[in-house]
Amino acid sequence: MSVVVDTAVSSDAAVVTLADLAPRRSWRNTKSSLMSALMGLAFLIVFVPIVTLVFTVVSKGAGIVFADFPAWFTDRIPVRGREVGPGMGPAIIGTLLITFTASVLAIPLGILGAVYLNEYGKASRWAQIVRFMSSVMTGVPSIVMGLFVYVVFTLRFGLSGFGGALALACLMLPVVIRSTEEMLRLVPDHLREASYALGTSKSRTIATVVLPAAFPGIVSGCLLAIARAAGETAPLFFTIGIVTETNPNVFSGPNTALPAQIYSNAFTIFDGAKERAWGAALTLIAITFFFTVTARVVTARIQKKR
Amino acid sequence: MTPDQDSRSQEPGDPPPSADRTSSAEQHDAALVASLRSGLHGGREVADRAFGAVSRLSGTMVLAVLALIAVTMVGRSVDAIRWMGTDFWVWRRWAPPEQYYGILSFVFGTLYTAVIALLLAVPISLGIALFVTQIAPVWLRRVMVYVIDLLAVIPSVVVGLWGLLVLAPNITGFYGWLSDTFDGWPVLGSIFGSNPQGRSFLTAGIVLAIMITPIIVSLSREVIETTPQSEKEAALALGATKWEMIRGSVIPHSKGGLVGAIMLGLGRAMGETIAVALTIGSALGQITLNALASGNSMPAVITAEWGEADALKKSALIGMAMTLFVITIVVNTTATAIVQRSQKRTRGAV
Amino acid sequence: MAIEHPTSQIGSLVSPFPHSKEDHVDADISVDVTSAPASVDGQAPAATVFELQGLEVHYGPFRAVRDVDMHIRKNEITAFIGPSGCGKTTVLRCLNRMNDVIPTARVGGRVLYHGIDLYGPEVSATELRRRVGMVFQRPNPFPKSIYDNVAFGPKVNGVRSKSDLDDIVEKSLRGAALWDEVKTRLKSSALGMSGGQQQRLCIARAIAVEPEVILMDEPCSALDPIATARIEDLMQEMKDTYTLIIVTHNMQQAARVSDRTAFFTTEVNPESDRRTGTLVEFARTRKIFSNPADERTEQYVTGRFG
Repeated sequence: MSVVVDTAVSSDAAVVTLADLAPRRSWRNTKSSLMSALMGLAFLIVFVPIVTLVFTVVSKGAGIVFADFPAWFTDRIPVRGREVGPGMGPAIIGTLLITFTASVLAIPLGILGAVYLNEYGKASRWAQIVRFMSSVMTGVPSIVMGLFVYVVFTLRFGLSGFGGALALACLMLPVVIRSTEEMLRLVPDHLREASYALGTSKSRTIATVVLPAAFPGIVSGCLLAIARAAGETAPLFFTIGIVTETNPNVFSGPNTALPAQIYSNAFTIFDGAKERAWGAALTLIAITFFFTVTARVVTARIQKKR
Repeated sequence: MTPDQDSRSQEPGDPPPSADRTSSAEQHDAALVASLRSGLHGGREVADRAFGAVSRLSGTMVLAVLALIAVTMVGRSVDAIRWMGTDFWVWRRWAPPEQYYGILSFVFGTLYTAVIALLLAVPISLGIALFVTQIAPVWLRRVMVYVIDLLAVIPSVVVGLWGLLVLAPNITGFYGWLSDTFDGWPVLGSIFGSNPQGRSFLTAGIVLAIMITPIIVSLSREVIETTPQSEKEAALALGATKWEMIRGSVIPHSKGGLVGAIMLGLGRAMGETIAVALTIGSALGQITLNALASGNSMPAVITAEWGEADALKKSALIGMAMTLFVITIVVNTTATAIVQRSQKRTRGAV
Repeated sequence: MAIEHPTSQIGSLVSPFPHSKEDHVDADISVDVTSAPASVDGQAPAATVFELQGLEVHYGPFRAVRDVDMHIRKNEITAFIGPSGCGKTTVLRCLNRMNDVIPTARVGGRVLYHGIDLYGPEVSATELRRRVGMVFQRPNPFPKSIYDNVAFGPKVNGVRSKSDLDDIVEKSLRGAALWDEVKTRLKSSALGMSGGQQQRLCIARAIAVEPEVILMDEPCSALDPIATARIEDLMQEMKDTYTLIIVTHNMQQAARVSDRTAFFTTEVNPESDRRTGTLVEFARTRKIFSNPADERTEQYVTGRFG
């Protein structure tokens, strides 16, 4: 480590005066402040696009979303691009349905997987492989996941919301496993021992002591996974198709979702469709932010408790 | 040395009491034995084992899905790859009407945009991560983490929409200036080449950088926070300034983890689909250093051309997805290994 | 087997036993022999609860404890003393198979509980732990309410009725001399209690499943002297109902509360610098502290070693 020793300090001056201890204007201090300022600047650089992005989405989307409220949330999507005006109900319902189905598939499986890693497998070879692979799986591109579900599911059963949910579940699974394992690791061992010492079996201990103790953290991790899944677009192209009417049945018939609507409306030349794309973007951001902020609030409440 | 056996004998005149067991005590023992054993047959251990097995199965799902992805990708792309041979990967011509599929330019587009994104995102992300962990006061730290978290969940299609409808039309002026200024320079001249396009490699790279910044920030924040307080204090106690403390203690301690975090960001950038599809410009066959030119990337082509594809073209598109899968798996595996090794080292050291 | 539950008369803090405060607050090592309870000097020898035969414990390749032989008697307080690393906690954790939790631990020799080999293939650790409860070094209440902490064990063991649970909770809290302090706030979090109260709550939680034996691993080491004195009083009251085995660092505590004392020490292995613990001497407490048979015991209890 390169710490420059100031010779003035180490000299054998017998008396220390206040001036000796005063901050000095050295190149080292200037450099330190300069680097700190650069790091702060980095944050501002990121802050600019995020603010303009959110500002654009709100300013361009709010108009259509709140025009003759609640038409945006209930009306069907106009079939022709040149039509002007609201209507995104089917996509909102589709997004919520598909994301919900994906969560039902992925969250229990992911929590059980994390229980295996942290409570059963621990440092065993198999657990280490699973841990490693779930980390690798978080990086599988969403489009690959979409094609995968297309091949194994959609080719046989046709376009449906469930296909999209399967793809999103595959994307959520490793995220849920990793965040839950992280939370289970924070549960102190002495709580497990206290439970074993009362004659509680391992599975009961996990169900009644370990999971409840980690519950808020697990919820927060799952909410973040849901937020991410709700915004995924690519896997939906191959699996759910696109419709303009509400399809409440996840298991059969093509469906639609907000991200798919944004994409298909983005390239049109019609102002009506573009406006709907912005409105859908605002709605989608609102949904994902809702889950993220809820997750944050949950985390903040745990930290306050501790 | 062996302790004297006699030294731990019982007190004299106090024989081991098990010697005089009465028959009633033995009966009671039999009942006890039975109840101690009942656990084995009484369903509890069975439930325990079943629960363990189910959880193990769930964990194994990860491996099953990954293996299944590999199998289906290979199985479905085999037609196109057999049709094209190795030309599939080494040729840039993509001509579906002639049933000619070379994906090299898309591989290039994927890598080039990802590299641009990294060049932009890495210094900024590391700066933010260091600022948040080492310099910012607590209240500001909280606000910044909040903002970064929100950035992380903005759907890629929304970022792409913004890139397409706001960034691309407004940045062409700046691109023109870049192109004119660096005209004739050795390397920069070819990177900021002629005929700048709003939708280009660079625009896609900027959009990707916005998307991977929160990922790199949060991963490197975790790594940096493993630096023991004692090491930082040791540097400060020697009279180091904050920056010297960061250079001397924090960065050497977290180097491995930071490299891993950056590589995970790279993996994410290569796999990103929609934001790139909207902003890269969809030009076929482009392999050029000119970052201001339009191009295309593998995920973008798959999304754009899937709709009207016949069987062979679908097979070619899946072959592209398989190529993407392999590249990202290699990058992610390396990155994960680096992160885990550095974690093991730092955790072991503490 | 039926174990009498502590009755409400024990709830008072004034000990009804001959082993009263005056003896054991005195730091003098010599213990009044006449005050030893009947179960030691009594007519018939008390029944053996545990019999250890050549017990040894390995953690991985490292042998932590070797050659422990002893009989532990019913309704007595047995204390394990010795320097750090001598294996006293390890031996204690063999008695309810708590070492099972540590993956690398291997137990050799035999541990007989009422003549049953605890490490035999047919013995269930969870059934055993119902009968052999444990109180840990640091108070480790679950992050639940006071009531739920005590009711946890009975619930896990199948008690469903609310009124039965209420009765058990009250009886157990009285048994742990805690009822009067907490009866008005049973529903508040256990984490809001003082350390001493938390430890008595852990004792209440242990006795709520009506065990025969309670193991205590340095139960007072995290407590202040007043809280320690209360727990020591409580141990004397509990002795009629339970068999207590305590690990303690504190020789005065062993002298004050226990009927028999086992002294463990460490010996350096010639081949490595790891230390292995072993039992040196096991006898009545007054003998250990006044007239030990082994020189090492004498050195330890007189403070010349360890």
